[in-house]
Amino acid sequence: MHPRLGPRLAYRVQQVLRPRPGLRWLSARIEASGLARPLFTGAERQAKQALFGCRMCGQCALPVTGYVCPMGCPKELRNGPCGGVGPDGGCEVYPEMRCVWVEAYERAASQGRAADLRLLHRPADHRRWGESSWLNYWQGRDEGLWGS
Amino acid sequence: MSLRERLASGAFAVTAEISPPRGADTGPITQTAALLRDWVDAVNVTDNQGSNVRLASWAGSLAAMAAGLEPVMQMTCRDRNRIALQSDLLGASALGIRTILVMTGDHPKFGDHPGAKPVFDLDSVQLLWTLRHMRDQGALLSGRRLDPPPDCFLGAVENPVAPPAAFRAERLGKKVDAGAQFVQTQYVFDPSAFGRWMALVRDLGLHERCSILAGVGAVRSRRALDFLRDKVPGVQVPDEVYRRLRGVPADQTAAEGARLAAETVRQLSEIDGVAGVHLLVAGHEQAVPGILDEAGVRVSRESEGHDGR
Repeated sequence: MHPRLGPRLAYRVQQVLRPRPGLRWLSARIEASGLARPLFTGAERQAKQALFGCRMCGQCALPVTGYVCPMGCPKELRNGPCGGVGPDGGCEVYPEMRCVWVEAYERAASQGRAADLRLLHRPADHRRWGESSWLNYWQGRDEGLWGS
Repeated sequence: MSLRERLASGAFAVTAEISPPRGADTGPITQTAALLRDWVDAVNVTDNQGSNVRLASWAGSLAAMAAGLEPVMQMTCRDRNRIALQSDLLGASALGIRTILVMTGDHPKFGDHPGAKPVFDLDSVQLLWTLRHMRDQGALLSGRRLDPPPDCFLGAVENPVAPPAAFRAERLGKKVDAGAQFVQTQYVFDPSAFGRWMALVRDLGLHERCSILAGVGAVRSRRALDFLRDKVPGVQVPDEVYRRLRGVPADQTAAEGARLAAETVRQLSEIDGVAGVHLLVAGHEQAVPGILDEAGVRVSRESEGHDGR
């Protein structure tokens, strides 16, 4: 889906949300709580679904994909577009939808972040579906998700 | 001489494509392999091309090998998860299939079972990385050791003209970093657009780490032309090519298509950094000798002994 948050603002929010000791401590407390954890995960789901069409894969790639969700690709490609993109940038499976990677490239390039798309994303861990990716991110569990 | 050796020698390489039959018989593959054997270095055996069920790629590869032609076993990410894909590489390597082409694969929606579950557990970059890791580190994705590890020569595909155009060479770079040793491209009907992509590829130095084989198609009928232009995702047929092939009588389309393919092969072979061509002629393999003859490209084994290649 077309993200509702512009790229400039998205990268600003990224600065606020980046892992740091305070957030690491807070996320550990949330995770330990039987009440706070589902509430927090539900709020994350609501916010990210509305803004990015999030599928709750639990291992968010948005910070390095121009804040366009790659799990919105019908093939869930995390390393760039397939070869079937139409001349107008349309998805091969749903031609009325723009290829998420065409949009990701435009948004990342507009903020000087095109180099992010060169990063190699490791295979997704399908046990994490439905988990809060923010909690995983702040706890440092996402560190091996992509690399050069 | 294997495809790997041919490319390492710096000689111009030619590959073609066989689409396995819809049926439990390898006879058609054996016949096509016999026709192509003296003309190409290796032949791709497609993996349920266009999401249509065909005889398995590994079985077709064995049949091509038995007919004396090196197979390039295609592996897509569409139908198998990481467990099955790794297992397939072990089986292929054990049986002597050593050249593997990795691609994402068409979505099931385009094939004869549109209701099938799309797998896409790994993407093509991750699959390349996985297979290279199995070969070079002797280990599975899980870390478990392989004894012995597989041997393989790894290929990828790329579409030089699809959007986002500025990212396409870098995407090949990701595949090369992941393990691609050669690449076959989607149909090239516009050599100048291909040339622009090649300039980006050379800027990144990718042609020195990965052999580039340009995809060339031979259009055999008006119906095939329309199908290519309107139905095959990612293929772009420029208007002037379309007009040229439409401009001849219908019974001349195949001849004109072969002539255009020969011209394209010749133009592409002159581009700096192009290591060879990949002829996309599945179902129309009899056109291969004519195209290569007219283009002045001969990979014949008969000549191998004489000119020392």
